[in-house]
Amino acid sequence: MKIFREILVPLLAVVAAFVVGGLIVLLIGDNPFQTFYLLIANSFGSLDDVGWMLFYATPLIFTGLAVMVAFRCGLLNIGAEGQLYVAAFATAWVGIKFGGAMVNVFGEQQDWSWVSLPAILLVPLCILTAMVVGGIWGAIPGILKAKFGSHEVINTIMLNFIAIALVSYFTQYHYKVPGYAILQTAPIGEAARIPRISQFIPGMSDFVPLSVAFLIAILACVLVYIFLWKTKWGYELRAVGENASAAEYGGISPKKQIIIAMTISGALAGMVAIGEVLGNRYLYYHDFAGGVGFLGIAVALLGRNHPLGVFIAAIFFAILTRGGVFVDAFTQYVSKDLVEVLQAVIILFVACLQRYTK
Amino acid sequence: MIEILSEIFSIALLFSTIRFATPLIFAALGGMFSERSGVINIALEGLMLAGAFTAAVVTFETSNPFLGMFCGMLAGGALASVLAIACIKFEADQVVAGFGINILMFGLPALISSAIYDSAGSTQRIDKEHLLPTFFDISIASVLAVALVPICWYVLLKTPFGLRLRATGENPSAADAAGVNVIKMRYMGVIISGLLAAAGGAYLSIGQSSFFTRGMTAGRGFIALAALILAKWKPVPVLLACLFFGFTEALTIPLANLEIFEDTKIPVQFVQIIPYVLTIIVLAGFIGLSRAPKALGIPYRKEK
Repeated sequence: MKIFREILVPLLAVVAAFVVGGLIVLLIGDNPFQTFYLLIANSFGSLDDVGWMLFYATPLIFTGLAVMVAFRCGLLNIGAEGQLYVAAFATAWVGIKFGGAMVNVFGEQQDWSWVSLPAILLVPLCILTAMVVGGIWGAIPGILKAKFGSHEVINTIMLNFIAIALVSYFTQYHYKVPGYAILQTAPIGEAARIPRISQFIPGMSDFVPLSVAFLIAILACVLVYIFLWKTKWGYELRAVGENASAAEYGGISPKKQIIIAMTISGALAGMVAIGEVLGNRYLYYHDFAGGVGFLGIAVALLGRNHPLGVFIAAIFFAILTRGGVFVDAFTQYVSKDLVEVLQAVIILFVACLQRYTK
Repeated sequence: MIEILSEIFSIALLFSTIRFATPLIFAALGGMFSERSGVINIALEGLMLAGAFTAAVVTFETSNPFLGMFCGMLAGGALASVLAIACIKFEADQVVAGFGINILMFGLPALISSAIYDSAGSTQRIDKEHLLPTFFDISIASVLAVALVPICWYVLLKTPFGLRLRATGENPSAADAAGVNVIKMRYMGVIISGLLAAAGGAYLSIGQSSFFTRGMTAGRGFIALAALILAKWKPVPVLLACLFFGFTEALTIPLANLEIFEDTKIPVQFVQIIPYVLTIIVLAGFIGLSRAPKALGIPYRKEK
């Protein structure tokens, strides 16, 4: 009965989103059925389509897990976006400084690195950097909430703006290749690159940027599940989320749990850098995320704050994200912003249906 | 040193403080009605965007900024009633529902503007003479915002309506027992917040700027919320808190142009983050002194 309700709420929310979205498409003057066909079918046409879709799902799994861990402790982390920006920049920085990166400056090869580590050391170092830096950025609002009681929603939003500005500064003034107009860093060293899935699957094109980061995302789902439901620490974290004062009475410090939850949340958000920096562009490109941190909230809500649900919801929103590109191109009026509207309707419906599941 | 200071602290700074404080005053006063009735309003950002977008479209189409602002406010009120239904009727998590409204207002204006103007980024530019009128560099919206402060003070603290609204946010069961319609008061609080926040948003698109761009509020809804907390949910302190945050934003203009050394300016990114950093610091420093309405965030269910 419980499982039935757990599935029914997300299904109702998705149906509601398509009904509301369909009405909006109709009002704008396009055909809703054609629009929804474009939105969904383009993730399943070929092996490459599936590869692209899973590539879009990878960051959503990480941000969905990030938001979920915070939710389980009773916190809303709207800061995944900022956390993954600082993490991605720091990861690229390590990839440049420790990866023996040669940079082509006006035709002249310059060595921007300090040392050249082998892949076996460099890749774990980069991944660790992504998690630690994301974790620190997530810990800040956690500490502010625990020490001063200031609301994490306002602080995480402010920290998003601060993160994006700071990273843009360092990219623009210190790590951009001189002469390039695009706001991106120099490329990371070859040794920092992680393999793409297309190497292992015959028939998938090399340009599909799906990398082993997707497998790390699946591993993260499993580890988060074990942490939250099979360890004492996870139990304490969830106890605070269920009822902070009861937990405190039981000897658990809510303040400590808040800081722990926000740190883990930030670390998970930071792991978006693995797929983006080490597996896709091989550099830090400013503005790369385009809202995946915020989309993580919808992923966590639709996934009922469970790792398996997060995985499924991430696939669902990845289908929509990929479909949005085609909706932009092949409908007369509807733009990919439709995806954001669907996302909002889903959030509102899940929030409204919440009380019927208890 | 004195030269630098006089370059920063000028009459222009005073004027830009008022300009930047204007949308915050509208939004924070709006948020006050919602939160004093017991409903958290994270959606101020989205409500401002609804006002900004609607005002920009209506003003462009009709060349009448007052009609634009009025329609913007109606849009904010309509959107706020969606939030109200979610939070009050369905007892949704108020923070989550408010966030949903914000996301909706990132996507929906872009969706509509790309359909009618073929540009998802922004709406059409409005001619200068069709924007909200200004007197001596001060927009009529700024005058209205400041005038609203004593009006809101009177309504909230001196009228039976205000008393009922505050009672609803402090102790809904007692208010209910005394014959106050708690549900109705909360609906009114949230809808008023939509009307006012949207007026602030309208000022952004048809006063300060001359068109709507995606996400143009840039966190002002949240800064307004911080101002509201700093002001302990009281109208006159709200004005002061908003002037303070307006001042931090106004500072960015002279600082961005300031030459610290010869030919060296402060990187624009460092200047941009000043309001955000100060919001965090102020919130951390003063929140302990501030007491939220007791029933804030708790849905009310009539006892049977």
